[in-house]
Amino acid sequence: MADTMQFDLVSPERSLLSTQAKTVSIPGTDGDMTAGPGHAAVITTLRPGILKVETEKGTEEFVVTGGFAEIGTTMTVLAERAVPYADMTQETYEDLVREAQAYYKKVVEETENEPGPVDDAAKLLQDMVAVGGHIGLDPKQPNF
Amino acid sequence: MPSLKDLKTRISSVKSTRKITKAMQMVAAAKLRRAQDAAEMARPYSERFNAVLGSLAASVGGSPTAPKLLSGTGKDDVQLLVVMTAERGLCGGFNSSIVKAARAAIAKLKAEGKTVKILTVGKKGREQLAREYGSLFVGHVDLSEVKKIGYADAQSIAKNLLDRFDEGEFDVATIFYAKFETVISQVPTAQQIIPAEFDAAEGDDAGASPLYEYEPGEEAILADLLPRGVSTQIFSALLENAASEQGARMSAMDNATRNAGEMIDKLTIEYNRSRQAVITNELIEIISGAEAL
Repeated sequence: MADTMQFDLVSPERSLLSTQAKTVSIPGTDGDMTAGPGHAAVITTLRPGILKVETEKGTEEFVVTGGFAEIGTTMTVLAERAVPYADMTQETYEDLVREAQAYYKKVVEETENEPGPVDDAAKLLQDMVAVGGHIGLDPKQPNF
Repeated sequence: MPSLKDLKTRISSVKSTRKITKAMQMVAAAKLRRAQDAAEMARPYSERFNAVLGSLAASVGGSPTAPKLLSGTGKDDVQLLVVMTAERGLCGGFNSSIVKAARAAIAKLKAEGKTVKILTVGKKGREQLAREYGSLFVGHVDLSEVKKIGYADAQSIAKNLLDRFDEGEFDVATIFYAKFETVISQVPTAQQIIPAEFDAAEGDDAGASPLYEYEPGEEAILADLLPRGVSTQIFSALLENAASEQGARMSAMDNATRNAGEMIDKLTIEYNRSRQAVITNELIEIISGAEAL
């Protein structure tokens, strides 16, 4: 078995990373997972979180806001938006949190507190906030 | 016959027009390169996306619980046409060729007795369609403030569409845009985006691809991906359109510059001839004056 696999991280606007990776950790909707070469073929959606790519040269991290991952003989992550860890500033992060908050508020209003969609939106917001905790940025917002 | 002075002013005005068209051509060339790069960079995403969506759709497609975005509402009575054009003119036949394609589609659908609704993206298409089909407009997306098309723009258009679809405003949505082939050829294209349609080729791919496990379930993923698929398709259409617009403008401005050059040559010849005629006239007057003495 090969030690590495082809890994691509693409966003709608550009391709962010294309490399040989040893392992890749992704924040799946149903839980985080780490895939190495020879992983079973899976397609999973992503929640906001940290994507970690371990290559021969070192580890690269990205903040992704959602999208999906396709794992097969090669691995592809199609992220709605992905920001390299280093480029993640307080400002960008606050924007993301604000967006999640606005979405939450809207869902609550529109669906009149129907549990399904509201829970989803609340989870999205929580995930977004958790991302901040992980990378040491302050979400600057009241807790729900 | 125009006087010397008239000719001179005309020559200088055509010269300054040529300068402007030349500058516009160069600007368009630079923008074209950028637009092409953007379209190029967006390609891997949309290709992968469509492949995955295609294989998913193939496996879920037949089931009665398949999302409406895939299977449709079961009718095609109300058709929404999304006409994407440029915000600016002076780009040759770019806008009119898209509008022409849309017009043909509208006429055809109307003849079939369908209800047609129009959503315009870009000012130029709206202006051209307003006189004939103004009553069919249901909305307009203004991109004139947008310098560089981002995914967010596509997302907001997609959201607009999806909201309308959820409200049951239409059954089928088709986008009209110009596909970028080369700098001199842009092909007006109609593409149905709701319900989603996949190329047969991608369907074949699906058969060959490994059997995936889906997390969460297949249908949950599909329900999540389909709306994104709409954004993705709109995004690539917007990018193609942007590249086409600049390509069309570039060749239109190239033509204009060349025409201006020819006109200047012609006017200069005329100017020189009439200048010589004036000199000859003056000489004749002087000579005949001298002879009369």
